[in-house]
Amino acid sequence: MSLLQIENLDLDIHGTPILRGISLSVQAGEIVGVIGESGSGKSMTAFVVMQLLPDGATCSGKVILNQEDVLTLDEDSLCKLRGAQVGMVFQEPMTALNPIQTIGDQVAETILIHEKVSRAEARDRARIALARAELPEDKFPLSRYPFELSGGQRQRVVIAMAIALRPKLLIADEPTTALDVTTQAQILTLLKKLVREDGMGMLMITHDLAVVSDMADEIVIMEKGRIVEAGPAKTLFQTMKHPYSIALFKASGHVPVRTNTATDVPLLEVENVVRDYALPRTKLFAPVSYFRAVNNVNFTIERGESLGLVGESGCGKSTLTRAILGLEEVQSGDIRLGGQPVFAGHKVNRAVRRRMQVVFQDPYGSFNPRHKVARLVSEPFHLLDEPPKGAQKNAAITRSLESVGLTERDADKYIHEFSGGQRQRIAIARALIINPDLIILDEAVSALDVSIRAQILDLLAQLAKDLGLTYLFISHDLSVVRSITDRVLVMKSGEIVEQGPTKQVFDAPRHPYTKSLIAAAPRLPEISVA
Amino acid sequence: MLRYVIKRLLSLMISLIVASAVIFLAIEVVPGDPAAYMLGLNAQEDTLAALREQLGLNGTIAQRYGDWISGMLVGDFGTSYTYRTPVVEMIRERMWISLPLAIYALALSTLIAFPAGIWAASKRGSVTDISVMGVTQLGVAIPNFWFAMLMVLVFAINLRWFSAGGFSGWDSGFFAAVKSLTLPAIALALPQASILARVMRSSLLDTLSEDFIRTARAKGLSKRQALRRHALRNALIPVLTIIGLQFSFLMAGAIIIENVFFLPGLGRLVFQSISARDLIVVESVVMLLVFAVIVVNFAVDIAYAFVDPRLRVQG
Repeated sequence: MSLLQIENLDLDIHGTPILRGISLSVQAGEIVGVIGESGSGKSMTAFVVMQLLPDGATCSGKVILNQEDVLTLDEDSLCKLRGAQVGMVFQEPMTALNPIQTIGDQVAETILIHEKVSRAEARDRARIALARAELPEDKFPLSRYPFELSGGQRQRVVIAMAIALRPKLLIADEPTTALDVTTQAQILTLLKKLVREDGMGMLMITHDLAVVSDMADEIVIMEKGRIVEAGPAKTLFQTMKHPYSIALFKASGHVPVRTNTATDVPLLEVENVVRDYALPRTKLFAPVSYFRAVNNVNFTIERGESLGLVGESGCGKSTLTRAILGLEEVQSGDIRLGGQPVFAGHKVNRAVRRRMQVVFQDPYGSFNPRHKVARLVSEPFHLLDEPPKGAQKNAAITRSLESVGLTERDADKYIHEFSGGQRQRIAIARALIINPDLIILDEAVSALDVSIRAQILDLLAQLAKDLGLTYLFISHDLSVVRSITDRVLVMKSGEIVEQGPTKQVFDAPRHPYTKSLIAAAPRLPEISVA
Repeated sequence: MLRYVIKRLLSLMISLIVASAVIFLAIEVVPGDPAAYMLGLNAQEDTLAALREQLGLNGTIAQRYGDWISGMLVGDFGTSYTYRTPVVEMIRERMWISLPLAIYALALSTLIAFPAGIWAASKRGSVTDISVMGVTQLGVAIPNFWFAMLMVLVFAINLRWFSAGGFSGWDSGFFAAVKSLTLPAIALALPQASILARVMRSSLLDTLSEDFIRTARAKGLSKRQALRRHALRNALIPVLTIIGLQFSFLMAGAIIIENVFFLPGLGRLVFQSISARDLIVVESVVMLLVFAVIVVNFAVDIAYAFVDPRLRVQG
């Protein structure tokens, strides 16, 4: 008898079909990976098992957990089940914990809710659970608050909460998506260890093929609310037949065709750049201390080159980007574009600023929802001394939209009418409209599904070829950087620890940090797909 | 925590100094002679001179400001020109009405708003929610003096449960005094409660959609438990802000209600002093109200730190 047996599950929310005919099973001690892109219904499948669905959800079929059909249980029985029989780990460790309760109390609560034990005993067991999640009490006392912990450590607290009662099933919904690669590797190892130790079953939801292929015993691939293919992880990638599975696999490892346009004319020169932030005073009248976010950074980007910048969160990538864009002044050092300084005195040099543009990560948050696309795309015109007007302006808007694969008609729409991938195209169109020399891509494809990501990478490669653009490509995703850059910089704690041609750095990393980054990155199985 | 309290205390001191300077200067800078303004057009020259002397208008600005502040610090607020009594006594008398009234109204407002807001938020979109929203909309819209008069008509004139106005005094017994403050307190509390209930509802709804509520539910907490143990305290910060602002309003803003119910409170004193051009009283009462407002906001700041550990550590 399986630990979890889902049979022919349908889910509708307010009459909209979300899941159709889902059947899968998880055995005790087994890890089942559910893969899909956004909107495939993979997370909803997990929430059906927990019965934590939005209002207006109706399910049919069977979800048998430990010989009980959870679809027939009333709310009281479900509350007894959640946390005790099934534990859950979520995607966003930064917001998954109550910000004003100590971690000890939050873990102990799982125990207190389900068992009649004293507060002291619950805390003892919380201590054990946290220690199992590798947060030993001598370093992480129970009295810590979530804001005193990093993202990875918070995820460990969530895991401790989920396993405190040694549930039979653990559901992990994108448990490492928001984390850095090295932290991701540690959390995945931890989850695997806990599953094996306790003989738990685990349902692991992710969009990342490489993550599950390392981790899962069985893999289920979902598309648009249905399961398209399932099988043992060891062989699935060889035997898969469904066109969607194959497309997904190809897109995950997609390498755009690039033409080398690099010249030996320097475009952006960053010399001895230092950026300090003042820290809050520790005592009322203590002298102000500084945090050095960027420490003596030097590099050059040649015209037509694509340079990658990789590093984990907090390494100073974003600070460096802001300095290059002239958004924040640096404490010392020089940043020049085409020989001209980015800063003219304390103000940004407009003549230089108009020659670079940026595309950010979040395709939803980086547009004003009340403006039409035409206005959004033409925003950079304010950098010009004599911006084009009337027909000339409209022609420029059309040209930039067409260059990213959209049409003239899209100019009159609002941003909510577009999908995430289309929005990112609009962001690129906005960057292109004033014909910049340098485009900074700050995690520009990180929030996109793999198939969309592949298309955007192709678009970027095409634009570089057609327009002779220069890219500074900032990302935590090593596989993307590898596929789209000529040279790469590795940044750690505000310093560039290694730089060189992309292939060389990835194949033969010299700095121990680069080595650990590359070792931690999950890899797709090497197979040839017809 | 200590650092946070010290910082807030410093900000309290600065606010008080700035506020007192503004109040003092407002009366100083106003063109013309305050003494002439107070006495009206037909004042005699020697009366004017006497008043100037009494107001202390003969020194330099800094000196007079210093005298005013140091006087207040030892409880000397000057003597009312119209009533010829020490201002401090007038204030003390009226404080015994205004302060209990404000506290009473605030207690009522909180007692109504919390359950209503929580109830509406926990049943979002239901008939309950819609009714609470409708009633509070009305409560915000209705002017409180009109509502006060309506209550007088119903409860004092028709039903004769309460007197139509006046204050029985604390000598007449605690309950009698509270009873005579009840209608005014309700009139003051109604719009406040409506605003507070709406803030409570929306703040709670925001919190209930947070990820950590989902985490709590995944642990096995029922909806009600998740709301009580995790959402409520997190939702409290904006609510505390509003309570702080409301207390200030209740202290200073009761002028109309005190007039409707003939309550000899601070609001009425300010109103009368302004009509009588008694600047000494106006200046002192306004300073006192400002002091109360600033102290209440300091208390709210300290309450924030109790609710949110992040403030305790980071200040």
